[in-house]
Amino acid sequence: MVAQNLFFGVLSAIMGVAAIRVVTTQNVVHAALYLVVVLGGVAGIFILLAAEFAAVTQILVYIGAVVVLFLFGLMLTRAPIGRTSDLDNTQKGIAVVVALMLFAVLAWSQLDAFGRVVIEPGSVQTSGQVGDSIFLQYLIPFEVISVLLLAALVGAVVIARKD
Amino acid sequence: MILNQFLLLSAVLFCIGVYGVLARRNGVLVLMSVELILNAVNINLIAFGAFHDNIAGQVFALFVIAVAAAEVGVGLAIVLLIYRNRRSVDLTEVDIMKG
Repeated sequence: MVAQNLFFGVLSAIMGVAAIRVVTTQNVVHAALYLVVVLGGVAGIFILLAAEFAAVTQILVYIGAVVVLFLFGLMLTRAPIGRTSDLDNTQKGIAVVVALMLFAVLAWSQLDAFGRVVIEPGSVQTSGQVGDSIFLQYLIPFEVISVLLLAALVGAVVIARKD
Repeated sequence: MILNQFLLLSAVLFCIGVYGVLARRNGVLVLMSVELILNAVNINLIAFGAFHDNIAGQVFALFVIAVAAAEVGVGLAIVLLIYRNRRSVDLTEVDIMKG
């Protein structure tokens, strides 16, 4: 249990710093690379919660595909490589206030509702159980997601194509 | 492990993402901030799934990952179209619907 808490502490500290760098860095490529650190940290948190299939999917889909898509997006929009000073708009002060107030509300309500409730070290939810659950209990949502992905794929091609 | 440590980590990520959406003017960076928000939601889903020892949390986190992938595809296509029409992805200049 001590090892888990230590792992969680290190991981969450790294993720917090990297997430702040994603939204504050003045270099667009660095933002994408810090995003990789955050997404990898989220995969580590999933492993800590004994959700192995979600962790592997997180690495495959996010770090493998989504970040590459972001880097392609940066290249295709001729984003300035290197430091620039025009990545933030003039609402930074208001944005900080909104984010802090939102965090205060969320943290207060979570601490109030769950206090020091402990996650019991229950059974590991294996990939087999996840597969059974998707293809038995959640089959219709799964099919809907499949159609949604197809529609998004076709839609993205139609929107972005030169005509 | 306490449930709240995961919930608070997720709240931190969520609020950092909200700050990014509000403060960034580059379209691609706004989409990256949206990814932070979606990942915060996933941490919550899996933490509650582990807490209740219920597989539904994990299944819904996988659905959220799939929807996020679709969202990034369409979002980047829209940003690309804005770039092609205006030669910039500065979202403060996209204000044609502002009253």
